[in-house]
Amino acid sequence: MPSVEPLVQFDNLQKIYPVSGFGRKKASLRAVDGLTLSIHEGETLGLVGESGCGKSTTGQLAARLLDPTGGIIRYRGADLAQFRGKSAKAMRRKIQYVFQDPYASLNPRHAVAELLEEPLRIHRIGDKRERKRRVDEMLERIGLEASYGKRYVHELSGGQRQRIGIARALMLKPEFLILDEPVSALDVSVQSQILNLLKELQSDFGLTYLFISHDLNVVHYMSDRIAVMYLGKVVEVAGVDDIYAKPLHPYTQALVSAIPTEHRREKRERILLKGDIPSASDVPAGCSFHTRCPLAHDRCRRAEPDLLPAGSGNRSVRCHLYA
Amino acid sequence: MQASNEETDARLPLLEIRDLHVELTAPRRRLPVLEGVRLEVRPGETVGIVGESGCGKSVLSLSLLGLLPPAMRIREGEIRYASETLPHADEESFRRIRGKEIAMIFQDPMSALNPALTIGDQATEMARLHLGLTRREAREHAAALFRKVGLPRPEALLRDYPHRLSGGMLQRVMIAIALSCGPKLLIADEPTTALDVTIQAQILDLLRKIREEEGTAILLVSHDLGVIADMCDRIAVMYAGQIVEEGTVADLFDSPKHPYTIALLNAIPTPAKKHEKLFAIPGTVPALNERGTGCRFHSRCPHADERCLLQAPPVVTVRGVHSARCWLAAEEGGLSNAVG
Repeated sequence: MPSVEPLVQFDNLQKIYPVSGFGRKKASLRAVDGLTLSIHEGETLGLVGESGCGKSTTGQLAARLLDPTGGIIRYRGADLAQFRGKSAKAMRRKIQYVFQDPYASLNPRHAVAELLEEPLRIHRIGDKRERKRRVDEMLERIGLEASYGKRYVHELSGGQRQRIGIARALMLKPEFLILDEPVSALDVSVQSQILNLLKELQSDFGLTYLFISHDLNVVHYMSDRIAVMYLGKVVEVAGVDDIYAKPLHPYTQALVSAIPTEHRREKRERILLKGDIPSASDVPAGCSFHTRCPLAHDRCRRAEPDLLPAGSGNRSVRCHLYA
Repeated sequence: MQASNEETDARLPLLEIRDLHVELTAPRRRLPVLEGVRLEVRPGETVGIVGESGCGKSVLSLSLLGLLPPAMRIREGEIRYASETLPHADEESFRRIRGKEIAMIFQDPMSALNPALTIGDQATEMARLHLGLTRREAREHAAALFRKVGLPRPEALLRDYPHRLSGGMLQRVMIAIALSCGPKLLIADEPTTALDVTIQAQILDLLRKIREEEGTAILLVSHDLGVIADMCDRIAVMYAGQIVEEGTVADLFDSPKHPYTIALLNAIPTPAKKHEKLFAIPGTVPALNERGTGCRFHSRCPHADERCLLQAPPVVTVRGVHSARCWLAAEEGGLSNAVG
């Protein structure tokens, strides 16, 4: 990446929840724990990892649906936390969120047109006629007839619902879209429609995407760069082809090798990890991956590695093997 | 049941589904769910059923164990296990087979296990029922199975409750339970859909190990073509209540014949398609009452003509075990099987 200022920059971001247990010891759940990452204008950054690794929390922090307990999020260089009141509302227009399950995130008692109009009303944009024009325009843009404006969410198929979820996020003409598992609830044939639509919208509106997903094939298709998360931290960031062709971190290697593929004749060696991902309220000392890492040695149990540049190109990895 | 006979001929199918029709009985009408499903599973074989939501793949697997919901019933057709017909309505005959000869692994282990009972209570139930083991014997039996599926500290686990375990561990418990009577056939309905990729890899590896060590046949139901291709010898593609194409992994992935299979394969994002537009299948799956008389896929098929709209296509043998339910394949000179 050229050294232009990134659109979004996470700097040592933390989200730690206090956990009140039965015992005397106060525990804490480290959902996001020292995350450093930048997203450049116009790119799609894929964020992958297993359940509980903190990828959705990261997305919600970026959209200010949650407040971080530490660290800074910069948007075009400005600290997001500095925006309050009116200026915070103005920032929200630029950063929008698409949820995984449109059925749960769209109000069932509002017709589609009302759902799409709501963001405009909240931000006092246009008069009634202007807003209707924008709603109709958006419906057409996402491939639904204007008559769908009168329908309710339960009358729509899963794919149509997700189109509405995306349309609603786009009503305020944002710059940055956080897509949190936008196609995980959809069947393959519908998934491809939505992925195509997202790519079109990105080039039409010049959007920047943070694409959160556990599906590595989908992430590969959508992303320019990929960040792999494990227990609240980024363990590897690299261009999409580098990550898939030559993953560096042992966790990334295991993830990539585990992608089920129909090309089974080009059989890869599968790396099977032992056990489960540890709980975020009981993170192992040293490198948090050492409990499952096939290559762990003494140092990994004692010292935590830093996220450092590695290999050629613009990639970083958090592993003692490359330090 | 004579199925415990060790000399079961490898060429004789273990499970035969013949022309199975399942219908949904709604007030004042009946809607077809499965229409003429025909499938065989031989001993030790892994057969995959793939299809999107609502195609009937789960209904098919439930019907094999007599576990259809009350609103559904088998209207026609035959399910044969080890050359013996299972009477549709006879709960008793299903009960003898369920768990002992054919066992099932469900998608969501969290909801398949009773949260109010210990894992031990649930893991010993089948062995006590089918094998007549005492409580203590059954617990030892279960502990041995837990060890086999790679669960740590099996004795302590038996006293634990399901909520204390992770999804991957619970799915191992489910597999251990399914194995407790040494079934010949394992039906796995989306066994890894609720799991993370690295855990999915562990569970698929375990299923492969069981298949090799026990010679258990597996009927794997999934929406994930990658998982299916990875695991199976033979694959059946379902669409709107019918098997539209069947063949080996190579048949289906290298020379798919049915337009639906072709569309599905083109719709999956793969690294090779990175800079292309993905194929999108227009329209949606027809509702149960809108399937019509012709090909179920005609409204979304790029090659459909009037005949596809009006006449149900035949099942055409392409080559060997490869067959497709399509007029196009029929015209290409395949041999037509005499089924509607």
